[in-house]
Amino acid sequence: MSSSNPQALLIPLLLAAIGALLFWAFWSGLTGHEGERLAALALERVPESGASNPVTSVLLNFRAYDTLLELAVLLAALLGIWSLGPAAAPYQPAALLLDSLVGWVVPMLIIAGGYLLWIGGQAPGGAFQAGALLGAAGVTLALSGRPNAGLPGEAWLRVLAALGTLVFALVGLTLMGVGLGFLTYPPALAKWLILTIETGATLSIGATLAAAFLGGRPRTTRPAEP
Amino acid sequence: MLDPLALAVALPLLGALLVTMLPGWSRTLGMLTALATTGVALWLTVTVWSGEGLRSDLGGWGVPLGIGLRADGLAAALVAMANLVALAISINATGYFGAAESSRKFWPLWLLLWTALNGLFLAADLFNLYVMLELLGLSAAALGALTGTREAAEANLRYLLVGLLGSMTYLLGVALLYTAYGVLDLELVAEALTPGPVAWSALALMVGGLLLKSALFPLHFWLPPAHANAPAPVSAALSALVVKAAIYLVLRLWLDLFDGIVTLPAAMLLGLLGAGAVLWGSWRALRAERLKLLAAYSTVAQIGYLFLFLPLLTAAPDGDTRERLLTALVLLALTHGFAKAGFFLAAGLVQKSTGHDRIRELGGAAQSLPAATFTIGLAGVALIGLPPSGTFFAKWILVGQAIALGQWWWALVAMAGTLLAAAYVFRVLARAFNREPTPKCFLTDPRTEIPALLLAALSALGVGLAAQPIAVLLGAGV
Amino acid sequence: MSHEILLTQLLYGSAGLLFFLLGAWSFISHEPLWRKLIALNIMGAGVFHVLVAVAYRGLDTPPDPVPHALVLTGIVVAVSATALALAFGRRLDREAPEHASDAHGGVDDREDGTHA
Repeated sequence: MSSSNPQALLIPLLLAAIGALLFWAFWSGLTGHEGERLAALALERVPESGASNPVTSVLLNFRAYDTLLELAVLLAALLGIWSLGPAAAPYQPAALLLDSLVGWVVPMLIIAGGYLLWIGGQAPGGAFQAGALLGAAGVTLALSGRPNAGLPGEAWLRVLAALGTLVFALVGLTLMGVGLGFLTYPPALAKWLILTIETGATLSIGATLAAAFLGGRPRTTRPAEP
Repeated sequence: MLDPLALAVALPLLGALLVTMLPGWSRTLGMLTALATTGVALWLTVTVWSGEGLRSDLGGWGVPLGIGLRADGLAAALVAMANLVALAISINATGYFGAAESSRKFWPLWLLLWTALNGLFLAADLFNLYVMLELLGLSAAALGALTGTREAAEANLRYLLVGLLGSMTYLLGVALLYTAYGVLDLELVAEALTPGPVAWSALALMVGGLLLKSALFPLHFWLPPAHANAPAPVSAALSALVVKAAIYLVLRLWLDLFDGIVTLPAAMLLGLLGAGAVLWGSWRALRAERLKLLAAYSTVAQIGYLFLFLPLLTAAPDGDTRERLLTALVLLALTHGFAKAGFFLAAGLVQKSTGHDRIRELGGAAQSLPAATFTIGLAGVALIGLPPSGTFFAKWILVGQAIALGQWWWALVAMAGTLLAAAYVFRVLARAFNREPTPKCFLTDPRTEIPALLLAALSALGVGLAAQPIAVLLGAGV
Repeated sequence: MSHEILLTQLLYGSAGLLFFLLGAWSFISHEPLWRKLIALNIMGAGVFHVLVAVAYRGLDTPPDPVPHALVLTGIVVAVSATALALAFGRRLDREAPEHASDAHGGVDDREDGTHA
């Protein structure tokens, strides 16, 4: 539906008017508030949270429920992608230059991912960042012609994709079962619980992102050589 | 020790994960999860019903640092309805999909949708609501496309995009609220909120985004194709539950969060759009060629009814009137949830056995599928609003309060909508019971039929509503 | 509150609002799927800008971690949604529809079934 002339002008004008209101609201919100918001409260409770990186504390302790559901969103997207059809045919196998480069890049990405996972407790990093690197490793493998981006077959892939959320949910339910409350970590165990959850999440996120890049249900047949 | 609020969300999530990992067991695991989740939901509802209201602080941090879950009466009522409908849909789905490939695709997404529904009704944190909305939208769009047809994929892609626009707009509203008030918990923000540009922008953004997801006229364009092209159990879920969730949120924001901010003109606007939805949706339903399309347009109309309550609620003083209106609204929402789900499931059966769902060719469905036809009949009773359906009481209160509060025009809209609903329901039933080819037009002899029609309409609606004035009239002569 | 902080927040946040509006305009005005997806992602980037701006508390103070966590969550959600939408787009690009499931296939009349 092509926009006729009046309509082409109307929408930007309308949006400009809304924009003016939004800018005014933003200005008013910024100046009206002293500026602390949740920062002071969060930073104060970080030492009890099991991580010294405040963002990790928020993500995996204070607002862990959000993170659990966010992993579910990732899984839902993957399941949706799988339900729409099979993955595209793989790219042609890489020639020597790309192949050897990939031989260096992918292990480095994996190691970097592992590092980010570990360091996430103390410095910027964590499960999502590490998972993104693993996903990038998968994408690199896919682009260089590996049939399934180096991922295992469908059965194991399903386990991998669900693993992060499963570990997270089970930790939460177990904690509820022992009387502490859903996702209420005992301060002594908090660091290890966070690390366990993050490890599972990293693997899941990496596998999910790579599988999502493939764009459909994993193929089972091997491609013919060119 | 066991927290029903968290369980209501964690159980379907766990089920979804297990079904993802063990697709061969999807039906068994899916049904077990469905039963367990419904059990928890009913436990939750009974607890709220007999007591105060439930509150849960996840992670033990307490608001505003952590995320809270909350179940008050409204949330509990919707949770009960949603879980019962979802259980029925689950049972239906075991039969509808059988053991085929679609079954494996259906169950994990369906359980994730269920997780999102429960999570949304029980949420008390603004950002948490955003995540739930996204989970709901993604799984609903993916489920809708399971028929595999091109139309389904187009319709659900449109649904997905519109939904994403809505969530993104909602999220900006949340960001503005955080900028100004520094908290994300619903109750805390509600306490801190003061009229001003932030409140107005947040109201416009958040309600606007949610209106896209609620399919309020004229933002309803995505709904009919998406609901009509989905597999029947999914259509039932989409119409009865997913749309309700967005409307519930609009209500929650309107009545709780933005209580001091909403103005009557704004509510009137929404009411006006609701009126448009009632009339337009019912009209399109009457003209629909396919059973599922009729049901989808009927949903558009029913959504309109729910929004008709907003100007009344905003104008009503706190107390009895408000309570009655809220009860009526919830009655309407609950009844529609059950009715529309039943309707879609029956329509699915009809489509499956006859191979199509064209209304014109439904002849003899009553003989071959008596239960399905009876279901459509019963659902029709609830959609029209015949006593003793919940819709009847709800519309009764709606019309009565509309007149009492001086907004009598909504009563006219409700009556017109009821008439149109009667027309389209009876159209379906007439075809279903009739083996003969049906006549080409509705009126065969206008001069005798229209007066009869008007008399019948007056008897069914006019007199009942005029009972109060008639009583006054009778009393005045004494 | 210090002027420097306010100015930075205002600058960054206003840019975010601008992105939001641009993305909204593009989403409404442009037809192809990939343009709408880019528009949605730009809108998302805009909202994330606003959140990150609000988190800034000066060069010497640690920032507010909560909006940062919200943005991380938001990014993952946006990526998931984009991936699903792209898969839909790919599905529609294929010429012949996939075989219909055990439910029934084609729908006869295209009432409201066509893209506006």
